[in-house]
Amino acid sequence: MNKTATIILILLALALLGSAGLALSDDDQDSDDDDHRKRWSRDAKPGVVSALQQQYVDECGSCHFPYQPGFLPAQSWERVMSGLEDHFGENAELPAEDARQIGNYLRANAAGAVSDGVANRSLAALQGRQGPIRITETRFFRREHDDLTRRMVQDNPQVGSFSNCEACHTRAMEGSFDEHQVRIPGYGRWDD
Amino acid sequence: MIKLPLMIGIFLLPLVAQADGFSAAAGEEFWNRTFVDTGSGQERRCASCHTSDPRQGGKHAKTGKPIAPMAPSVNPERLTDNRKIAKWFKRNCKWTLGRECTPREQGDLLAFLRSR
Repeated sequence: MNKTATIILILLALALLGSAGLALSDDDQDSDDDDHRKRWSRDAKPGVVSALQQQYVDECGSCHFPYQPGFLPAQSWERVMSGLEDHFGENAELPAEDARQIGNYLRANAAGAVSDGVANRSLAALQGRQGPIRITETRFFRREHDDLTRRMVQDNPQVGSFSNCEACHTRAMEGSFDEHQVRIPGYGRWDD
Repeated sequence: MIKLPLMIGIFLLPLVAQADGFSAAAGEEFWNRTFVDTGSGQERRCASCHTSDPRQGGKHAKTGKPIAPMAPSVNPERLTDNRKIAKWFKRNCKWTLGRECTPREQGDLLAFLRSR
């Protein structure tokens, strides 16, 4: 083979190696999450808030972070909605019509009802079991947070509880829980 | 037997009440009163989350979520939506007192919040 051809081949090989590196690079963020930028949930469209979504966020975000419906399967949401009088120790009762609308919204956007990175992983981790109604007790959640200490969360006055998503997940309201956007108050960015 | 207190009450009413007959003073007393939850033995008061001053912001005792001031004088949106008022009275009275607030109690509380 002549010199030019050899050089071209070498350059080609290097180019291929380089791009293969890029293609195989580890990105632990689901491609779904990219699509979810600026959207609170799978149901949301960028810049457009549906009336049902707004109702859910307003009602169910009045005391705590409005957890996206994809975190639990429909049966878990049913149990939440039928127990509002004692909602984790609080009374969260709603007028019947509002409860009905919110229940429908949750069912329609629950894990298993929508195809979504987080929702699918959460459902898969349940492995067909009924599962808890507390999101922070689900297998999926525990796995994702198993390397955090009490000092960072429960005993951290700026966090207090795992249920306080927004304290560390800076883009939780945009539906992004990507660990690259995590900042733990008092500890800074999450460095895995 | 009923007439005398009633007559005294009616006589005293203008001194303490709003035009609609409710008492801001009674509302304030109620707001700061301690109730005990029979299930947990926990002490509960309106002021626990809302603070004793309706002009101040409060926070949820469990989640820490900030609660905007209740007084319409500093927060004009407050007490303008009847559905919202009914919803929160139902929840919060049931949780704090273990029962719903009576119409008089609700009226007194609203009179108190509007008086600040």
